[in-house]
Amino acid sequence: MTSQQKDIVIVGGGHNGLVCAAYLARAGRSVLVVEAAAEIGGAARTRELAPGARVSSGAHLLHAMPDDLINDLNLTAHGLKLSSVRLNTVSLNNTGSSIVFADNTVSGAEVTAKDKAAFARFDKDMNRFAKALRPVFDKLAPDVSIETWGQRLELLGLGWTLRKLGRYHMREFLRVIGINFYDLLDEYFDNAQLKAAIAMDALLGSEWGARSMGSVLTYLYRLAGYQRNGGMGLALPEGGMGALSHALAKAAEAAGAEIRTGARVKRILIDDDRATGVELENGERIAAGCVVSNADPKQTFLKLVNPDHLDTGFIRRIRNLRSKGKAAKLHLVLSGAPAFKGVEAANLGSRMLIAPTMDEIELAFNPCKYKRYPTASVMEIIIASAHDSSLVSSGQHVLSAVVQYLPYDDTPEEDANRTAFLETVLDQLEQYAPGIRAQVMAAELLTPRDIERQFGISGGHWHHVELAFETFLFNRPVPALARHCSPISGLYVCGAGCHPGGNVTGIAGRNAAQQVLRGGH
Amino acid sequence: MIANTANNQRPIFERPILETPFYESYKHLIQNDQYEEWSGYTTLASFANDGQEYFAVRNTCGVYDLCPMIKYDISGADAERYMNRLVTRNIKKMLPERVTYTVWCNDDGHVIEDGTVFRLAPTEFRLCCAERQIEWLLDSSIGYDVVITEVTQDIAALAVQGPISCNILKKMGFTGVEVLKPFQLGNFSLNGYDVMISRTGFTGDLGYELWIDAEHADDLWQALFKAGELFGIRMIGSLALDMLRIEAGLILVNVEYMSCFQTVRPNRARTPFELGLDWVVDMNKGHFIGRRALVAAQKNSLKRKLVGIDVDWNKQADGALLYDSKTCSRQIGEVTSALWSPTLKRNIALAYLDAPYYAGEKSMWAEVYLHRECQWERKVYECHVTPKPFYAPERKRLTPPEDL
Repeated sequence: MTSQQKDIVIVGGGHNGLVCAAYLARAGRSVLVVEAAAEIGGAARTRELAPGARVSSGAHLLHAMPDDLINDLNLTAHGLKLSSVRLNTVSLNNTGSSIVFADNTVSGAEVTAKDKAAFARFDKDMNRFAKALRPVFDKLAPDVSIETWGQRLELLGLGWTLRKLGRYHMREFLRVIGINFYDLLDEYFDNAQLKAAIAMDALLGSEWGARSMGSVLTYLYRLAGYQRNGGMGLALPEGGMGALSHALAKAAEAAGAEIRTGARVKRILIDDDRATGVELENGERIAAGCVVSNADPKQTFLKLVNPDHLDTGFIRRIRNLRSKGKAAKLHLVLSGAPAFKGVEAANLGSRMLIAPTMDEIELAFNPCKYKRYPTASVMEIIIASAHDSSLVSSGQHVLSAVVQYLPYDDTPEEDANRTAFLETVLDQLEQYAPGIRAQVMAAELLTPRDIERQFGISGGHWHHVELAFETFLFNRPVPALARHCSPISGLYVCGAGCHPGGNVTGIAGRNAAQQVLRGGH
Repeated sequence: MIANTANNQRPIFERPILETPFYESYKHLIQNDQYEEWSGYTTLASFANDGQEYFAVRNTCGVYDLCPMIKYDISGADAERYMNRLVTRNIKKMLPERVTYTVWCNDDGHVIEDGTVFRLAPTEFRLCCAERQIEWLLDSSIGYDVVITEVTQDIAALAVQGPISCNILKKMGFTGVEVLKPFQLGNFSLNGYDVMISRTGFTGDLGYELWIDAEHADDLWQALFKAGELFGIRMIGSLALDMLRIEAGLILVNVEYMSCFQTVRPNRARTPFELGLDWVVDMNKGHFIGRRALVAAQKNSLKRKLVGIDVDWNKQADGALLYDSKTCSRQIGEVTSALWSPTLKRNIALAYLDAPYYAGEKSMWAEVYLHRECQWERKVYECHVTPKPFYAPERKRLTPPEDL
């Protein structure tokens, strides 16, 4: 039975789906978002971990959403409040010798004047390159067809942006863009811990080690995110990342969009080569003029669309996409403030990194290639409760950490491995924050496979599809989907698997809405 | 399974090429050792005389060893849906025990290959083609409940073609074979084993193809040649077959077109429309692989097309380039296969022609190079577009065939 008729139905209420819904609803379309989970937000969600203690259960930082998007959608009016902006970053050391990154400067007892000067130079160079890429990241992926003058000009413009860097910097850009971060950081710096801390920004959420080719590109992608967010740097929404999703949902609803949770889509309906709606798990059918999928490409095209409607070459490419998440999430409820070595109590709210050297990063990375767990991980730690007491009962704290690199474990020993690995991580944390183990009131480790189950992302990959050279720009996730349209007319994609890529940006959602409104194909 | 000929029992490293299951049966007929390789097997270009072999098919009965043809069995609950998406024809309309000629395309609507689909049962199909393509078939099966097995080595097959082929089969004891209509198949038995007979072939004549388990190959061959002995039955090689298929206007992969998987140059892959195979493409059956690209292709007029031509002279126009004028100022096409047709007494060829020449309203000339007593001579002959097939005798379709 067909229960509803909408202009547009959006599969998945992740942040991109909500952004897309808001833009489409504002343009006067009737929009329905159907979300499988009981709560909207996708991987930008806040969850109660223990009574009275809440944590951002997926992404835990806001750092790449364009400020014009936040303004466009009036998110502040819809309840988005940042509990903190421009978080410092502290690289931890179990000897207590930490390095602090604050507002484009670096300091630390063991950071030499030479390294400080090198950092200023590095920061300037990299930001220059990221700025050159930004127009590409902020817009629709460039169209590589050269049939019209508009398309030709667009491509020429892309080349011109790079040439505008100047002869020296263009050459330098083309040199570094394909190489690995390990070598690049070695060119600039001496201090091993400093290099490792910078490297982490290129590697978070990816299947890369510092020595993997293309890791400079992912760093520039991250920098472009900082550049577009209106100077908020690393920010924390009050109430966790779920608060951002709720603000997005309110913005969408205020514009007239309808959002249904607990409504899992079974398949996308296609008739006469055109998407005509969705069928839910419960058999209910919703008719729509077009369907926008916020799900990752593998889910959309290998599960929700009947292969009768797709070509083999296309399915091959979707199947071969790299989407093996290597990042785990650790959540702890602590009875009191943990005491990290080298971090003053006032700085507990900084972003803390455990990545002693780039070689240690590589050693943490190596085992996952062979489906093994690392003995020592690298991590990004956020204690949001240091800025936002609403997340916990008084005196308590919640710690959220991205822990790398874990294999996608689908063996029968999965549960035992998870339990054992949690102990390893807690032991490791104890070295950096003596006494933390005794403070743990509740602990949870989400492996990539858990992330897949909890957030419905194939392979548990944050970015849906690896952020890599072969899946950037007009190749993301595959050429046929690069501009949010799909081989099936009326079916669009708007998730992180699309250009420009992962992290909580909303850009893919906004661009997809633009394409839907244009009726683009 | 591989037939246990002496060659096939040698270790694999000593055996660069396989012999077909019938090889031991017919090897005493090989007079001129004109061997050629076909998908890993040794086959014969001719047994004794290609002209006589050709005339056997047109006048009595010629037998061609089909074993090296690639055969895939596709079965399972989703087999019909799978096949319908894979190929360009409407498989949903195809009844069991029928055979159909079709092409299949890649995403770009370029032809991978042409071949035949046998519907053995509602959920069982056999795909016959010249080139191996298991990866494509398997990747196409993602999301379908089907099992795909290559049975090339397990199944032995003979094409029995010519005006008295039906008589010989009846004499062998295949009662009822005469009621098979073109592109129909039936199941028979001989000496206790199953023989599937389809009224199909590659000669444009009355003819059948016999399909058996490879282990019974020798028995079938002996029975066939015993029954045909007094009817002038003879083995034929690929040279004769090539003449026959050109007269029938049938295209051949790697001659009329390259599989799109193997082309290197960007404009060498062909759509079914370019091959003149619009009639095997059902654009209204719903989606199939390559359909969207073909819909887009249909929006533009066809730039080139494979057609039949007649050359106004008696020398074969092999590999000839075709021009708009007798002075050969602008090339407008080229010949892919040419033949002086012994039956039609016409100089025919298959050729690609650019628009608008393929419509046949404009005159054109073929530039032919002739090697005469160790000297090359260049000749320019006028030619005309002519309908295909060039040769289609009434007996090809007549059911039951004439009892000769």
